[in-house]
Amino acid sequence: MAAAHHPEFDVAIVGGGLVGSSLAYGLRDGAESIAVLDEGDVALRASRGNFGLVWLQSKGFGMGAYSRWTLGSTRLWPRLAARLLDETGIDVALEQKGGLTPLMGDYEIEARLAWVNKLMAQPGVEPYEWKLLDHHQAASLVPGLGPDVTGAIWTPHDGIVNPLKLLRAFHTAFERSGVRYLPHHGVTRITQAGGVFSLETPKGTIRARKIVLASGLRNGELGEQVGLHLPMAPQRGQIIVLERTRPLHATPMVTLRQNDEGSWLVGDSQEDAGYADHVTTLPVLATLADRAVRTLPALKEVRAVRAWSALRVRAQDGFPVYEQSASHPGAFIVTCHSGVTLAATHALTLAPMIAAGALAPELDTFSTRRFHVQKT
Amino acid sequence: MFRRLEAAGTGAAPGRTVRISVDGGAIECREGDSVAAALLAAGMPACRDTAVSGTPRGPFCMMGVCYDCLVGIDGRANQQACMTRVREGMAVVRQTGAREVSA
Repeated sequence: MAAAHHPEFDVAIVGGGLVGSSLAYGLRDGAESIAVLDEGDVALRASRGNFGLVWLQSKGFGMGAYSRWTLGSTRLWPRLAARLLDETGIDVALEQKGGLTPLMGDYEIEARLAWVNKLMAQPGVEPYEWKLLDHHQAASLVPGLGPDVTGAIWTPHDGIVNPLKLLRAFHTAFERSGVRYLPHHGVTRITQAGGVFSLETPKGTIRARKIVLASGLRNGELGEQVGLHLPMAPQRGQIIVLERTRPLHATPMVTLRQNDEGSWLVGDSQEDAGYADHVTTLPVLATLADRAVRTLPALKEVRAVRAWSALRVRAQDGFPVYEQSASHPGAFIVTCHSGVTLAATHALTLAPMIAAGALAPELDTFSTRRFHVQKT
Repeated sequence: MFRRLEAAGTGAAPGRTVRISVDGGAIECREGDSVAAALLAAGMPACRDTAVSGTPRGPFCMMGVCYDCLVGIDGRANQQACMTRVREGMAVVRQTGAREVSA
């Protein structure tokens, strides 16, 4: 269908990954017509390369408000999962029975404990339950936990979801509710005139009264075109996938989890590698495999079937960015590294704000202004 | 169903007989057979049930790429039957669902 045939949309979302999709999903009640402009299969697509955690315990060090925002999303997740199941018949396999950060040796335990205490003491953090477990307490949650794991940080709020099913559920909902999903519409240029945005794409120009930039790592360059200056800093993560096994019913860990259909994900590195997401590196994969086998020795016999690199979407400081442009009212930018964890609050909290045309004051702390402090 | 070439009248010479067990029952196959070929020749097309839905599956590509012919061989799970030659006394088990991970 030629773009010229499209009507003027109420809202156009730039980006069809988990962030753009969760916003489009949540905007349906407050917008007459919605288009989701996506790239093709060549997109960097963090939504297909992530670990699928719904995770609180590691979030917000350096920004207490991010911890509070994440906690809110973990509370909303059951509602989102239930709504998606009801509407699309897709069970995204949400499991929120707690999560662990395994620790090996006294140094790791002491360092992590100090880190968590410092995180929890920050202004803006809403206190939540967490514990340092010893080996035996952790082993009661992870059958066959290796002796090298001498401690673990546990919180009941953490969990997992199947991120591929989540993306599919959103897109299935679009088909059933009239959201126009337009692949191969990577946006190259944005202009605004007379209260209407024009989004140039290889398939023609799309017009919309409101736009949401949710284009992952491309939000830097697209943000510039609507007066939002957002320094991006991608971070590479490598992941190993193991063959399917019977469920072990192990509590998910930050770098090791079993999927609902039996495969295992072993993560994950945090590398500054620019945009090189097309290679995996043996030293990193060997380290990941070694830690996984020390965590759960039974995995020694389980074979790896795949490994990949993917890029985390990160603003320079790693925290989310939410802002409406002052120079181009009606243009919103949404950037975060935890598109899975935050999907619930994006759909149920942030989308209604965008529909209403203004972000709540509680989100001021997430604006790009924090990157532009005067340096005299 | 599948028949061996010599039984199908192509004149191919039969190889030596090798005995393996499948789920505890003995079958006779030919030296040089892959486990997948031996199972097909013995009239056992379904060598596993899938890990997710439990649907029966059998060898499909016979050349190591489809992973549909996974069986347990001599105590090791998820072996590719089409990539493994039969050996005298080999113990093959049909896989039902995903492999165990022995914690």
